[in-house]
Amino acid sequence: MFLPHTDSERSEMLKTIGVSSIDDLFQDVPEKVRYPTLNLPPALTEMEVSAQLQQMALANETTQDLACFLGAGAYNHYIPAAVDHILRRNEFYTAYTPYQPEVSQGMLQAIFEYQSLMCALTGMEVSNASHYDGATATAEAGIMAYHTFRGKRTRFVLSPGIHPQYRQVFRTYMSGYENLEIVGDEVEDNPMNYLERLGGLVNSNTALVIVQYPDFFGQIHDFAPLAEKVHQAGGLLCVVVNPIALGLLKPPGEFGADIVVGDGQPLGIPLSFGGPYLGIFTTRKEYVRRIAGRLVGETVDTQGRRGYVLTLTAREQHIRREKATSNICTNQGLMALAATVYLALVGKEGLRQVAELCYHKAHYAAQRIAEIPGYRVLNTQPFFHEFVVQCPKPVAEINEYLLDYGILGGYDLGQDYTALTNHMLIAVTEMNSREEIETLVEYLKEFAHD
Amino acid sequence: MTEPTLFELSSPGRRGVRFPEPDVPKSALPEGFVRKELPLPELTEVDVVRHFVHLSQKNYAVDYGIYPLGSCTMKYNPKINEDMARLPGFALAHPLQPIDTVQGSLALMYELQELLKEITGMGAVSLQPAAGAHGELTGVLIIRAYHKSRGDTKRTKILIPDSAHGTNPASSAMSGYEVVQLPSDKRGNVDLEALKAACDETVAGLMLTNPNTLGLFEENVLEVTRVVHEAGGLVYGDGANLNALLGIARPGDMGFDILHLNLHKTFSTPHGGGGPGSGPVAVIEPLAEFLPGPIVTILEEGSDEVPPLYGFKMPSRSIGRVKAFHGHFGVMVRAYTYIMMHGAEGLRKVAEHAVLNANYLLARLRHVYKVPYDRICKHEFVTEGIWDDAPEIHALDVAKRLIDYDFHPPTNYFPLIVREALMIEPTETESKQTLDKFADAMIKIAEEAHTQPELLKSAPHNTPVGRLDEVKAAKELVLCCWFPERERQPA
Amino acid sequence: MNIPSELKYTTTDEWVRVEGNTAIMGVTDYAQSQLSDIVFFEFHVEIGDEVKKGGVIATLESVKAAADVNAPISGKVVARNETLTEKFELINSDPYGEAWMLKIEISNPQELNSLMDAVAYQKYCEEREH
Repeated sequence: MFLPHTDSERSEMLKTIGVSSIDDLFQDVPEKVRYPTLNLPPALTEMEVSAQLQQMALANETTQDLACFLGAGAYNHYIPAAVDHILRRNEFYTAYTPYQPEVSQGMLQAIFEYQSLMCALTGMEVSNASHYDGATATAEAGIMAYHTFRGKRTRFVLSPGIHPQYRQVFRTYMSGYENLEIVGDEVEDNPMNYLERLGGLVNSNTALVIVQYPDFFGQIHDFAPLAEKVHQAGGLLCVVVNPIALGLLKPPGEFGADIVVGDGQPLGIPLSFGGPYLGIFTTRKEYVRRIAGRLVGETVDTQGRRGYVLTLTAREQHIRREKATSNICTNQGLMALAATVYLALVGKEGLRQVAELCYHKAHYAAQRIAEIPGYRVLNTQPFFHEFVVQCPKPVAEINEYLLDYGILGGYDLGQDYTALTNHMLIAVTEMNSREEIETLVEYLKEFAHD
Repeated sequence: MTEPTLFELSSPGRRGVRFPEPDVPKSALPEGFVRKELPLPELTEVDVVRHFVHLSQKNYAVDYGIYPLGSCTMKYNPKINEDMARLPGFALAHPLQPIDTVQGSLALMYELQELLKEITGMGAVSLQPAAGAHGELTGVLIIRAYHKSRGDTKRTKILIPDSAHGTNPASSAMSGYEVVQLPSDKRGNVDLEALKAACDETVAGLMLTNPNTLGLFEENVLEVTRVVHEAGGLVYGDGANLNALLGIARPGDMGFDILHLNLHKTFSTPHGGGGPGSGPVAVIEPLAEFLPGPIVTILEEGSDEVPPLYGFKMPSRSIGRVKAFHGHFGVMVRAYTYIMMHGAEGLRKVAEHAVLNANYLLARLRHVYKVPYDRICKHEFVTEGIWDDAPEIHALDVAKRLIDYDFHPPTNYFPLIVREALMIEPTETESKQTLDKFADAMIKIAEEAHTQPELLKSAPHNTPVGRLDEVKAAKELVLCCWFPERERQPA
Repeated sequence: MNIPSELKYTTTDEWVRVEGNTAIMGVTDYAQSQLSDIVFFEFHVEIGDEVKKGGVIATLESVKAAADVNAPISGKVVARNETLTEKFELINSDPYGEAWMLKIEISNPQELNSLMDAVAYQKYCEEREH
């Protein structure tokens, strides 16, 4: 299908090479392993494969068919039509990493703009060209802090309010370093109330403290006092953010964050069953050389025209090899482009509006749910667009019931926090109409009665 | 022409997209937490679309022409892949939905795991890693977990040939290992004597790329893997070059214990200007329990009428999660589509033609470009980009001059064991006509290098910008444009 | 290529000037010319640290390469040239003068014997050109 040669071309080519058959090109492969029989399904035509995949896709029920109140790190937002039209430009999606800047100015400038937008959003000074996702960006913050202190500080304090999967990934990444102390997120009685306890864990051996804003439970904390404490102890503070929330909330750059990470999926990237998403990573200027991954910088060409290049590449793995800051070499180029186009389209006013829609709708939903007998909303702190509901029955049972009425219920917090068994994390975005919220309330009420 | 940035194009008051007014009563905003400034640009949809179309026109892409970047496998990306990944049933599913609502996605992941097992001859696959380097880190952590599980704590070293991708040593170092570099022999294979000398009870494993980065098949592969196994080590395969081996030889049959695949190279998913990729990790059966998870499994067997029930399981001694959710599902859909359109015979043809194309180009170029390890290559080959009788010309100049001929340059300066390397990988999707035009240009450039070197030195000539000042970029570090009033000072 | 005759040299391209019990060190002209324009310099040791011969004391970066700078001799760091972290271009323009890196109080003078003199270093550089 995608192989162009005719028989006569093939034999001409073999003749030029000086062999008589294609088999001659594989004589260096040991005979006993050469040409295995692969037991694969027979090849399908485009028409057949298209039909088969459509069948598979139809076996899913999605946020298109269901009213979605599920978030927990991946959010159902409106994606303006122009975003995918740009992503489908062949010149973007079928290009490689911009190693030859003269023929890659399009992607390089787009990444430069992405970096600028991320700085603007987070209130930080430097952004990289992106990581794989929010979880791996968080882990890279750990590695960066480790190297900043040359391995001399070994305590890492994690808030229990960080996405549980991010904390798992963090631990996997750090498992190659000996004698680290990763503390703070041990499951305890009241996982939502951790701020004071975290401060108490900061000591002179602390490399990094990581908190989430808004946290996994939707809560918005004032982290300024914690930031001060961390800095007094000589450590770094990393804040995991939701970029949509930053349309409304004070950026972490204003309250002392040294590193800001997060997942950029809410910025115009489809849910796509978990990926590909976008790892945001920003920091302060003084740490620019410790950032893993790519950076695009502005410069000029031989005639003084403005242009962009990948810069500070000498610290990367293809030159530094085992001494590199990190092994990462790809970024999420196309996903960073999606976020850039999204932010350009919604702009200053639009992002604020999306954030406020999420906020108002979530608060309305929380109020209504709190009125239902048998349910309790646990959030006492200000919250953004997610909140914790104590339920009268196991969350899985409620969700199964809701599904029958076309509702995708919230996240079952009991999976990660034993103290929050029978607690549901509900997310509300601009995509949820008042009618959907009322329907959710109605069936939650009915379920409690049954 | 210089395209202004989004911030320069911005005009206060413009909007690209509007959202409805809230249909619920408003709540008080959280006092003390509301930001004062949100310095984002303000543009219309037309501004935005034109801006990005202008930018796109400054990019070379595989849909425009041959992209012979060695080690990157820039093959054509079938369009059907894109449509399949965007089917609403796939694109709009939330990763944390109850499993009975996402059986389509889970079936696809399960089947992709099975296909990759069969293609590689391995026992189990995790689709979680996001890219090749991520797969490597995963693989080395599995090596570590394996030795640890046996109480074998003496193993502190990973052996890596000098031709390896730089990510190999970086991944090993991140996993707490000391890196020992192995030399190559005269034919470009791992030096067997050096390998034997290095193999002792402190060796945790070997990271091997086959074909290696010179594009050469490791002729002693069976011996190499045997030696490492005898010393109690594991063999890690860097699957970056798997395109040459589809249906030709399976890593599992050659003694590899762990292998990462690059779905964005071998299985045609687009590179997206630098990502997203996808780097599944395959292991032999005894290592399955260490894979990162959760991975997709069959929870209840099906029958002729009822499909099986798919779900997730965490391998019993997993190294843990390496990524949130389930990996790059959208990339998996594309790779699955590609494999299903090829079947066993089609995949073997892919490898055969990738190798045919590379050898054809090699045959056309070896008289003008010095090839230090000159034998039948696999999917790529490496030449020098310098001549003793054209002293001022470097590989970089050859690369830049190719742009004048409307071609994307090959990989430069890698692998490190060839001086002034030009690493050329045409892939199977290029026609003889394209290969001939590319070879003609390369030959012409070699001639120009001797007769008109200034043409190479000043290239490229017709691009939106010429050669860029990388020293200025690295010294001044202008990485962000959002504060126009901020003084641009070096970081 | 500039190779002052009064200095001693390492195989990793550092120079040493001995003044009494103190060794002043930096990287050679050959090293800076191989790296080309230095765009970054960073110390890995502080005043008061004990360094071992061959241990990493700093990192240098140009746009195409990165290199570690090693201690040519063991001893205690008694001074650091702080201007280098700002004006790293001095390493290109004046490698033996203004771009000195550390002053080290020599703990084992025997180690000086293992260093090359200018003639040997000149030969060593020429060999690597081919």
